[in-house]
Formats: sequence, C-alpha cells, structure tokens
Amino acid sequence: MGKIYSSAAEALDGLLFDGMLIAAGGFGLCGIPENLISAIREAGTKDLTVASNNAGVDGFGLGVLLESRQVKKMMSSYVGENDEFMRQYLSGELELEFNPQGTLAERMRAGGCGIPGFYTKTGVGTVIADGKEVKQFNNEDYILEEGIFADLSIVKAWKADETGNLIFRKTARNFNPPAAMCGKVCVVEVEEIVPRGTMDGDHIHLPGIYVHRIIQGDHEKRIEQRTTRKREEA
Amino acid sequence: MPWDRNQMAERAAQELDDGMYVNLGIGIPTLVANYVGDKDITLQSENGMLGMGPFPYEGEEDPDLINAGKQTITELARTSYFDSATSFGMIRGGKIAAAILGAMEVAENGDLANWMIPGKLVKGMGGAMDLVAGVGRVIVVMDHTNKHGVSKILKRCTLPLTGRGVVDRIITNLGVLDVTHKGLHIQELAPGVTRDEMIAATEATIV
Repeated sequence: MGKIYSSAAEALDGLLFDGMLIAAGGFGLCGIPENLISAIREAGTKDLTVASNNAGVDGFGLGVLLESRQVKKMMSSYVGENDEFMRQYLSGELELEFNPQGTLAERMRAGGCGIPGFYTKTGVGTVIADGKEVKQFNNEDYILEEGIFADLSIVKAWKADETGNLIFRKTARNFNPPAAMCGKVCVVEVEEIVPRGTMDGDHIHLPGIYVHRIIQGDHEKRIEQRTTRKREEA
Repeated sequence: MPWDRNQMAERAAQELDDGMYVNLGIGIPTLVANYVGDKDITLQSENGMLGMGPFPYEGEEDPDLINAGKQTITELARTSYFDSATSFGMIRGGKIAAAILGAMEVAENGDLANWMIPGKLVKGMGGAMDLVAGVGRVIVVMDHTNKHGVSKILKRCTLPLTGRGVVDRIITNLGVLDVTHKGLHIQELAPGVTRDEMIAATEATIV
C-alpha cells in the first residue's frame, strides 16, 4: 500500500490542477504544512481556492502562494498580519470569504463526515447570515452552513506511522484533523515517521484511513508572537 | 474615581466561580486571569487547549504551543489539547461557562459589535461570533466611552454585529450594567460615580 513518499513534490504528483479547492491545516503559523506549501509554489498550480483559518504572513506559510498569485480565493476567519493579502484583496485580485472560526472548522469536519450542511447559531443576525437559510429550532434562529468537500487536504502532524496513523503535538493540532478529513486526497507532512506498531493505538489522534500520502520534512516552525515572562516574576 | 483597566479586570474576575471553564478575549479581558486568586478556573484557548498557562520563561518558547492571539504560552498539570472542530464544539455546545471580551459597541438589547469598522481594514471575526453565540454567559469589559467621549453603549449598534442579543453583562470604567428584557439595569457603580453620571455617559436607555 505504500503511503510514504520521498519528497513533497513526489507526494503531490498527479494531485494538483488549476482551479482546485485545497483545505489546509494550521492556526497562524502553528502547525502549517510548510513543505507542501513550498511544493505547490514550485508546481505553479493556479486559481486555487484555499480553505484555511489564516493566510500566513508575508513570505511564509500560505503567504508564499499569495505572493506568487496562485490563490484566487481564501476561505478564512482571520487574515491580519499579511500586507500582500490586503493589497491583493483591496485591489480586487483576491476573493475572500470570511467564515467564523468554528463554522470553518465544522464545515471541514462535516465535509469529511459526509454531512453536506448543518445549522448553527453562530452568525445569526450578522452579515455572515446574508443569503443563508434560517430555520427555527425551539424558537431560536439557526443558519444553514455547508460542508466543505476539498479536492486536496494538506496537513502537518508531529508523527505518523507507516499506515498513516497520526499524532499531533500541543496546539499545532488545531485545524489539521478537520482539514485532513474533508479532502478527497490527504497529504500529510510530519517531523518523524515511525514503524508500525510503535504507536499505542489508544493514543492516535487521527486514524490512517484519512491519510493517503506521507512525507517526512524539516520544519522552520516560525513563532508569530514571541511572548515571555521574566524569571524573577516566578 | 472610575475604575482603571486593572480594576475593571479585577471586577470582571468576580464574575467567575470555582470550577468554571472560561474564554478570555484580548486586551483588558486577558488581565482578568491575574485576579482569579484561589478560584479553580480553567482557561480555554479556542485554537485547541483547555488549561492555558502563563507566558513561558525566555528561552522556553515552544512554537507548537500558542494561544488564540498567536502568543507563546505554557501548559499546566490540567492541560488538554484538541482540534479546532472539537474546540468550537465545546463553545457552540454551551460547555464554556463564560466569555469575557472587549467591544466597540454594545446595544441595550444585547447586540454586540466588535469585529469590523466599514471602510477600515477588515481582518476577520476569528472565533468571536462562535463564542458570543455559544457560551453560557457573555461579559463585555470595555471603556464606557470612546476616545472622543462618545458612549459605546447605544440604543442600537451602528457597526456590523458580531452577535444579536448576546451580551449579558457590561463592565466599564463607570460600573456594571446588566442587559434585561426591559433595558439596561445598573448593577453597580464604580467608587465616586453617581447614577446620574452613568446615565449621562450612556446613550442607551437605563431602566
């Protein structure tokens, strides 16, 4: 069955096409698939729609795909800290669909679970509800949100075994599991690939059924806001 | 004397009871954590963590461990991690007892606006809409007026809403107001602030 590939380019071979929808894991710069993003940049695939909570920063993360004008549309909850993003958005070159963060996560999870739509209270009475079906349950309004069915998921995990079982680390888990679930094909980059049988089956965060291709990669893991406290405060 | 930022945070901390799971927003709400004292409060960070600890010591920052403001933080003995869908499942599902957050405007019907100003750079709502729609209790902590001295507590919000009828309590430098079916009700006044001063500083109707 061989899910392990030797490079990001090889792992993406045959999966990329212009105009595709990609779901990407990560929150800010934490837990982002750095190597796969670079490989998509190298491949030059255009007119991408990318569902990702954020759009990276200038020159790092998804910011590199904005810089190369490969992204047509972003589906995100928060896009600060990215000047190039704002420039393209304000000039009309880039489409943006704001999603409340939890709605975006649930849309991915739902897509992965075969659920085409769900009702939520989030966004009722706001611009997010514009054009969406409103339905009452127990005398409260809910709006209809649709599941995301992506052509490709690009995901970062901490460890994978040879069968694609994944373990994430701390808050680098974030959007990675729901993003992994909602793609027709899911490519994962990890810090370490371990032999089968070395992970405790009770400790696996995402089962390998969701994972089709795996690469081991190096990760810069840039910190967006370095905040610390002084020793003497302890 | 009206309350300063720290006193507002201290007052907001009184809203929290032992055993609560709570989400704190950015700004003054973050300071609330400094005033919970001996109470057993678990802080949620909506990017996927319960049991958020303080900032790390210099040299101990972990890029895999950040809060919703993307700041490096630490874990505690009680910490658990989960994915974003699970995180917002507990928010939407009403498992988080309270959210304490800042605001640009609050209306007397509980409407809240805190995510965008038309014509200005729009960065996005992040998790704010999910939080105000889902958590048990929404407590706003903010200055009573803007920097031009204009009331931020209005009959109707003028800015795009984050949530409709979602605010339960407002804590400002002048005191504490509750959103009721009849209108805003003064719960408490900061030391030296009179009821008339509070009413004069508030565009919304106080009942």
